[in-house]
Amino acid sequence: MNRNKWFILLTGLLIGAFAAILVKMGNPGNMGFCIACFERDIAGALGLHHAGIVQYMRPEIIGLILGAMFTAMFSGEFKARGGSSTLVRFIMGMFMMIGALVFLGCPLRDVLRMAGGDFNAVVGFIGFIAGVGGGVYFLKNGFNLGRAEYSHSNVGGYLLPIIFAFFLFLLLKGTIFNPDAGGPLFFSAEGPGSMAAPIGIALVAGLVVGFMAQRTRLCLSGGIRDFILIRDNYLLIGFLGIFAGALVLNIAFGFFKPGFAEQPIAHTMQAWNFLGLFLVGLTATLLGGCPLRQLILSGEGDMDAAAVVVGMIVGAAFCHNFMLAASPAGVGNYGQIACIIGIIVMTWIGFSYREA
Amino acid sequence: MDKLDVRGLSCPVPVLRTKKAIDAGATEVLIMGSSQVSKENVSKLAVSQGFTVNIKVDNKDIWEMEIKK
Repeated sequence: MNRNKWFILLTGLLIGAFAAILVKMGNPGNMGFCIACFERDIAGALGLHHAGIVQYMRPEIIGLILGAMFTAMFSGEFKARGGSSTLVRFIMGMFMMIGALVFLGCPLRDVLRMAGGDFNAVVGFIGFIAGVGGGVYFLKNGFNLGRAEYSHSNVGGYLLPIIFAFFLFLLLKGTIFNPDAGGPLFFSAEGPGSMAAPIGIALVAGLVVGFMAQRTRLCLSGGIRDFILIRDNYLLIGFLGIFAGALVLNIAFGFFKPGFAEQPIAHTMQAWNFLGLFLVGLTATLLGGCPLRQLILSGEGDMDAAAVVVGMIVGAAFCHNFMLAASPAGVGNYGQIACIIGIIVMTWIGFSYREA
Repeated sequence: MDKLDVRGLSCPVPVLRTKKAIDAGATEVLIMGSSQVSKENVSKLAVSQGFTVNIKVDNKDIWEMEIKK
């Protein structure tokens, strides 16, 4: 193993360890990090949906995007760019969120759930691999969302990080504009949204992981994609590191409970565990990165990735307003329909965007 | 020498384009790209396929490399 591979292994181990520690400090079970769940909580905190149990301005997400931005600025990689089928990416972000909320987690949380002994997550993982495989099929057939252009101004690249910095300010300041209705930010009084590590710890965890993920280009869909496509295991090593780091600390903290039933924020409808992450894997591969990677890229000035992040937040609002999101009780009819529609739409996009 | 322009293409399209050129039998390719990530990935692929990589332009937002077998 060369130096880069050791560094991404270390990154993975650290993310896994941070995740277990964040759960220990108050985050929901097997949810030290979950890009989809946390963006969903942020949608709730902004009042975009009214699911009272999942509303919180997660500092981890803010830390990730700002950590990636500072790192990219120091390494000279920060550059505003965009224009590669931006609206298509926005819509794909919405569907990626639907898939994640049908499964109950993004690929990162899938690894953390597996490291907590949740066997439902193994079913999801198989679906994820299949979804990435589907995406690879389209890539091999010339799928391409088009070229992005560097912008002559970097302002566009700073927009999303500035917006998140403003949310951090609102979180820390705690101002209430409207005493009757609450807001600008809404917070869960019970449920997963009320479970959170202290702001400072969550923010630092996000910043450190944002730094390391930016340097290593860590990507969960990319790990499987590169292995299928060119037998390259670099990103996969990061994946294994996350699993190992979380597993060791989960066992040490007594969080490791193997089985299908009674897993934290998970359901046992296996077809939908499979199909939910299938949709995420397929979409992420077509987008060029998993939800974590999209967040990191948007910190580097990638405005197309920022469109995916905003699409995921808006998608989360639709998920709860339209009753698409799963709960520990399972996936409702509308969620099942939306997941299938998502797979059909991604297949349609996959075929349509082939280059001659 | 074959020429390949992968500027502005997102992951992993630059790698796939390079692989396609190599699989088609190219032994010398001049590749132009824009992101650091694609530079790393394309050169990694070229080395793994037994090519020597000669980076001719290496700026943060634009790069050019010659790969040769």
